Amino acid sequence: MSAPTDLTAAQAVDALGRGELSAGELFAAYRERAAADDLNAFAWVADETPARGAVEGPLRGVPIAVKDLFCTEGVPSQAGSRILEGYRPPYTATAVERLLGAGATLLAKTNQDEFAMGSSNENCAFGPVLNPWSRECVPGGSSGGSAAAVAAGLAPWAIGTDTGGSNRQPAALCGIVGLKPTYGAVSRYGMIAFASSLDQAGPLTRDVTDAALLLRHMVGRDPCDSTSLAFPEEIATPTAERLDGIRLGVPEELSGEAEGIEPGVQEAFERTLRTAEELGATVETTRLRHAEHGLSAYYVLAPAEASSNLARYDGVRYGLRAGKANDLVSLYTRTRHEGFGPEVKRRIMLGTFALSSGYYDAYYARAQKVRTKIAQDFATAFERFDFIVTPTAPTVAFGLGTKVADPLAMYLNDYCTVPMSLAGLPAISIPNGLAVPPQGGQVGLPTGFQIAGPAFSENAILDAAHALEGAIGFDAGGGRA
Amino acid sequence: MIDREQVLHVARLARLELDDQEVARMVGELSDVLDHIERIGELDLEGVAPTSHVVEVANALRQDEPRASLPPEVALGAAPEVEAQGFSVPSPQA
Repeated sequence: MSAPTDLTAAQAVDALGRGELSAGELFAAYRERAAADDLNAFAWVADETPARGAVEGPLRGVPIAVKDLFCTEGVPSQAGSRILEGYRPPYTATAVERLLGAGATLLAKTNQDEFAMGSSNENCAFGPVLNPWSRECVPGGSSGGSAAAVAAGLAPWAIGTDTGGSNRQPAALCGIVGLKPTYGAVSRYGMIAFASSLDQAGPLTRDVTDAALLLRHMVGRDPCDSTSLAFPEEIATPTAERLDGIRLGVPEELSGEAEGIEPGVQEAFERTLRTAEELGATVETTRLRHAEHGLSAYYVLAPAEASSNLARYDGVRYGLRAGKANDLVSLYTRTRHEGFGPEVKRRIMLGTFALSSGYYDAYYARAQKVRTKIAQDFATAFERFDFIVTPTAPTVAFGLGTKVADPLAMYLNDYCTVPMSLAGLPAISIPNGLAVPPQGGQVGLPTGFQIAGPAFSENAILDAAHALEGAIGFDAGGGRA
Repeated sequence: MIDREQVLHVARLARLELDDQEVARMVGELSDVLDHIERIGELDLEGVAPTSHVVEVANALRQDEPRASLPPEVALGAAPEVEAQGFSVPSPQA
């Protein structure tokens, strides 16, 4: 038998069920790998193997890595921020609670961009995460620690959160699967809030089958999150190998010559479109006329919501408190000055500006209307197509430090993923082969293929992703540590 | 475009202290981002309803039944300063 850490999570569940492997043995093997992490993927690793024999529940004890944005009782939950350094919450997020209830075991907390704001993991107060395919490159973000850990085989699978692409983009850059479910499918309770109308938790996994298995145990209505919804059906194990009769729409606005898409990424995307046709799908160009304005709307709405959500970090109830403040207002302003990193400050400023008197109508109210138009564009497209497909990220993994000085260039990473977030739609990124960056290089780096569908079409998306995954035959070996 | 005065005003609204270097950087960076965002000003959005939330949930109510909450010592457990079973802060008048 191969090493237990070579198994996908679904394979490990099966091996545990057949008694070929014990949960303790599997956990110990991963704990050892996680403790030797040299990618800075982890913010915390469990210090001992939980003393339990056979684990109840369908996940049978398979370890999981959890993004630091999720509250985990008694375990550091710092959201990549100095302002929450050492914070151990008194309760656990519903999404994590459900997974633990289904038999998963908490292996580690993963590093991330501070409060999930970023596309490179360089906005992490505890140091950047490295991409296992090339350690000079970023893993993407904000769920970069989760993506890097899964790609390097330091964890069987992980969960992350996706507000504008934070699961899908790092999945693409690290050569793994990342899913953003329909808004409301997974409870946000206990997930440290960034932009509440956009935030969604989802799986980061080695393959599509694992993504389905993990999602199955995350979804569902939660009385603690009044925006959560009962998922209309069970998340099934994907089995499709063909795409007969499936109609794929390729939006002109999010492919080809659009905003910064690298030629190598586009080439890999077109190759997979041909693969889809060979599997029986039809591929047609379409329009999402307002999608090119998605990024502008997103960078008004998400910071606006963040500026309100992050008002809670004031040095009073938890987290950092700046010393030497003689009055209440300087306690607030100094704590926030010391505790927040540059990108978080930027977004708070941007959001506060967009909501301020005199600018609200020109920015916030307009952005909300653009959001309506984008959702309508998708609704119209889904009358003709089963799925909208795009490259996940415009580029392959880029060098550490190359975009930190240019916020706008960094924001463009989300160009192809933000429209689905604004419309609340589910979308998956699957490994799509390698591409060489335009500046050259000896090795190819992973690219992602994004499949988006109507609300609650996760089962159909996972099936299509499964068929494509089989035909693409991606070799994940380059990311293994 | 956003100028120094506006940056300082917004920072006050956000209860965020910025040092001189941060203010200078913020003027440039926010102006770049706002220039990009301002493209949405060109769209005809007459009569379009705003979307604040994509999911239609109205009046998510539950039974008003008492249930256990965090014990005070747990709720106060992560506070930087505690006094008389409460969060301690400097006087607003100081």
